[in-house]
Amino acid sequence: MSYPILSIMILLPIAAAILTLFLTAQAARWAALGTTLGLFGLGVALWHGFDVGGPQWQFVENAPIFGRFSWALGIDGIALMLIVLSVFLMPICILASWTSIEKRVPEYMAAFLLMEALMIGVFSAQDMFLFYIFFEAGLIPMYLIIGIWGGADRIKASYKFFLYTLFGSLLMLVAMLWMSREAGTTDIPSLMQYNFPVEAQTWLWLAFFASFAVKMPMWPVHTWLPDAHVQAPTAGSVILAGVLLKMGGYGFIRFSLPMFPEASAQLVWLVFGMSMVAVVYTSLVALVQQDMKKLIAYSSVAHMAFVTIGLFAFNRQGIEGALMVMLAHGLVSGALFLCVGVIYDRLHTREIARYGGLSNNMPYYALFFLFFTMASIGLPGLANFVGEFLALVGAYEANSWVAAVATTGIILGAAYMLYLYRRVAFGAPAGEDTAAMRDISAREWLTLAPIAAATLWMGVYPESFLAPMRNDVTSLLVRLESAAPAGDAHLKKGSPKADAHHEAAHGEAH
Amino acid sequence: MSVIDSLMLTLPELVLTGAALTLMLVAAFAGDRATRLINAGAIAALIGATLVLGREGVGFDGLYTADAFSNFTKPLIYLAAGVSILLSTRFFAAEERLRAEYSVLILLAAIGMGMMVSASNLLTLYVGLEMQSLAAYVLASFMRKDARSAEAGLKYFVLGALASGILLYGISLLYGFSGTIDYHGVAKGLADGVSMGELFGIVFVLAGLSFKIAAVPFHMWTPDVYEGAPTPVTTYFGTAPKVAAVALLVRVSIEAMGSAVASWQQILIFTSLASIILGAVGAIGQANIKRLLAYSSINNIGFVLVGLAAGTEAGVAATLTYMVIYVLMTLGSFACVLQMRAADGVHVEDIQSLSGLSRRQPALAAAFAIFMFSLAGIPPLLGFWAKFVVFDAAVAAGLMPLAAIGIAASTIGAFYYLKIVKIMYFDEPAEAYHPVTSYVESGVIALTAVAVSPIGYLAIPMLGTATAVAAKALF
Repeated sequence: MSYPILSIMILLPIAAAILTLFLTAQAARWAALGTTLGLFGLGVALWHGFDVGGPQWQFVENAPIFGRFSWALGIDGIALMLIVLSVFLMPICILASWTSIEKRVPEYMAAFLLMEALMIGVFSAQDMFLFYIFFEAGLIPMYLIIGIWGGADRIKASYKFFLYTLFGSLLMLVAMLWMSREAGTTDIPSLMQYNFPVEAQTWLWLAFFASFAVKMPMWPVHTWLPDAHVQAPTAGSVILAGVLLKMGGYGFIRFSLPMFPEASAQLVWLVFGMSMVAVVYTSLVALVQQDMKKLIAYSSVAHMAFVTIGLFAFNRQGIEGALMVMLAHGLVSGALFLCVGVIYDRLHTREIARYGGLSNNMPYYALFFLFFTMASIGLPGLANFVGEFLALVGAYEANSWVAAVATTGIILGAAYMLYLYRRVAFGAPAGEDTAAMRDISAREWLTLAPIAAATLWMGVYPESFLAPMRNDVTSLLVRLESAAPAGDAHLKKGSPKADAHHEAAHGEAH
Repeated sequence: MSVIDSLMLTLPELVLTGAALTLMLVAAFAGDRATRLINAGAIAALIGATLVLGREGVGFDGLYTADAFSNFTKPLIYLAAGVSILLSTRFFAAEERLRAEYSVLILLAAIGMGMMVSASNLLTLYVGLEMQSLAAYVLASFMRKDARSAEAGLKYFVLGALASGILLYGISLLYGFSGTIDYHGVAKGLADGVSMGELFGIVFVLAGLSFKIAAVPFHMWTPDVYEGAPTPVTTYFGTAPKVAAVALLVRVSIEAMGSAVASWQQILIFTSLASIILGAVGAIGQANIKRLLAYSSINNIGFVLVGLAAGTEAGVAATLTYMVIYVLMTLGSFACVLQMRAADGVHVEDIQSLSGLSRRQPALAAAFAIFMFSLAGIPPLLGFWAKFVVFDAAVAAGLMPLAAIGIAASTIGAFYYLKIVKIMYFDEPAEAYHPVTSYVESGVIALTAVAVSPIGYLAIPMLGTATAVAAKALF
């Protein structure tokens, strides 16, 4: 493509954000919707223009305008899918905030547009420091979104969100400074091929880990997430769960694994340990939540643990599975937060006990909610199943104990989601106001239906999403090959019996 | 070098001296009525002094050095001094009355500061420093009818005199043990191992200078003086003398003590970390915006010292970059503080009065938020770049623990900057402020806000080259 599409995708929402500040509330809504839809169009063009099986880095731009680092952009398949996820969720977020945000609408829309620019920037930056700037700058709009438009306890949540993530990122910055000195470059693709001394790798890995583990979030530094989610407005939660959490996983796959393969292999036990605790512990915590958003927030932590388990399995199934979980979780947990938002807008409470029997008066809503509940549980045919299955297969190959513990997470996941669904959609309504709630409006249809379609698509034909990422996973595996720890599965090539069976079956049919 | 050549080197100082004396005469004859004219004259003199900069060489037999380093820092000092004059007119007209001596005092201080950065001899250093300090003591107590201002002036004077004494003692020790007061001579004296007497000299000189830059543990005067002094004077204290004192410290450390890096590096590392942490922790409980900014300046000086502690050319360049960005952020923040006026026009300093500013005056709140995020070092604002370069220099010099602790401690600092943003953006609106009336002040706010916004990143290559050239002059 001849025009700098990635720069346009970053600068357009920034320009629109500045513009919306000067508009009236209604005009700001339309401007934001128009911009995000335009960006979605550009995202589709990006996907369409991406040459699957072509060079690893495409749409590359490089302008050394900052002296010490440059405006270097470019994407591989992994970044492409995450950008597409971001631009897909954004118009939905704007629609979801259409009526529920009443005060300071232009500023709200501007903050969201800014967020979008920064997210695209994070996924497309090819310069380490440019990445850091985008990565860190996202704190400002998100801090404002939680703090201004959040719930009752929003101040504490916004501080927690900001300071936790800032602390993690700053340690990463020190590591980046050292790396740029050592390798003499800030170019991410070059750094991905650079062999850092093994003894330094451990420190660097830990510094990056501090940042990505907080962002992910991994147990035990996940505590900012439930607070932030509960207090953020619905669209804020969608973006937080849908895209911002993916930055942690993206960081692992872009920095930790390829740049420090030896350290990653050394510290696999740490990641597995933390992830195993997260899967079981946060699932149990989710089971006893009284607040719907908190429940889904804890389920996010549990799902993100599948991502880390898959990534550190050091094999194709694991890594591809982790990527699929990231995409699927982005859609499904985003949709679940939207579902909560729909009923929150009507009753202004997130307390589960205040609902019940919604399948009677809100049948369409109950249908969507069930659909996403099932997707979250990992029902085959829906998005999460593909990723979780692959991640577990990969984990089993690496360490069967981890796989066994992680699988209990799926069972617990089914337990807390179904329990939530029963309490909200079935049984007797908690009050007259609950029973009188209207079913979803056309606008809410517009927010939920596209996600449902995408979830189904991802579950039925994941190849569309896996294909662009396949070569990138291959190059990552090549990079990891020398360091990958031996799994405990002791794989052996299968015997050719299957073929004979196949031929026999073939013969019988005649 | 002939006397004429030497005098030509000091042309900026000569221009300022001539202007200061002339304007003082104008003030004596025309009185306070001519204040605006005198202010304009003073600014013209500062611009003139900037324009005649550029000569390089060593004058007066090594007493005075004009080089790329001094030519880089002087415009920054003159800029800060000029803006402090610009910001003063409306403030003094509203608070007490315009008085003509203000800009003359600033000019006299600017001469002293010029000598500080150009000093290559311990006595020139002392004379320059005292010239700047004496003007500063008067400026701190400039509001004659205000008890706080008088108190600030007195405090500043007593503690400043003490610090000058310590500095002078250090200088005398260095002189006694190395036999010279010339920077290069002292460096030669230190090169063959640091004797106990020389070490004491170094410690005392650093202690005296730490007072001038308000670094922990010699920072105690800062919050009181910042709070008590009239806001335009606080703006001045926070910028120009800081630049001059840091530049002076850099030159002394590198040129005079450069052969004994190991003996002062640990002192600077301690001072730096202590300033970062104490500046951050001390600011948390503050209710007065000027006190908060005072702690913020202590915190920032800590980061500046990180660059200097590296002791390398890159470290000096980083220090200079930090000072440029710091001056911009400080000028902008104080210009915002000057807009904090109750409906009747009286200036307020209570942080709570900022409540809900984003709904009362969105543009002002946005600018203030930009300065706060920038001071906290959050990208994409330019304050991040300042921290980036100093930590980069520290990492390159192998000071990993300093970098890691310093950078982690900046999270504490982020907390109170966030508090201001929180008050402006999340809280319910308080009583409305007097609307912004001065074009000059809104212009200063707008320009500095744009400069520290991401647009400022485009200036990085230029700034990088200029600071590198300036730093090279010292090595």
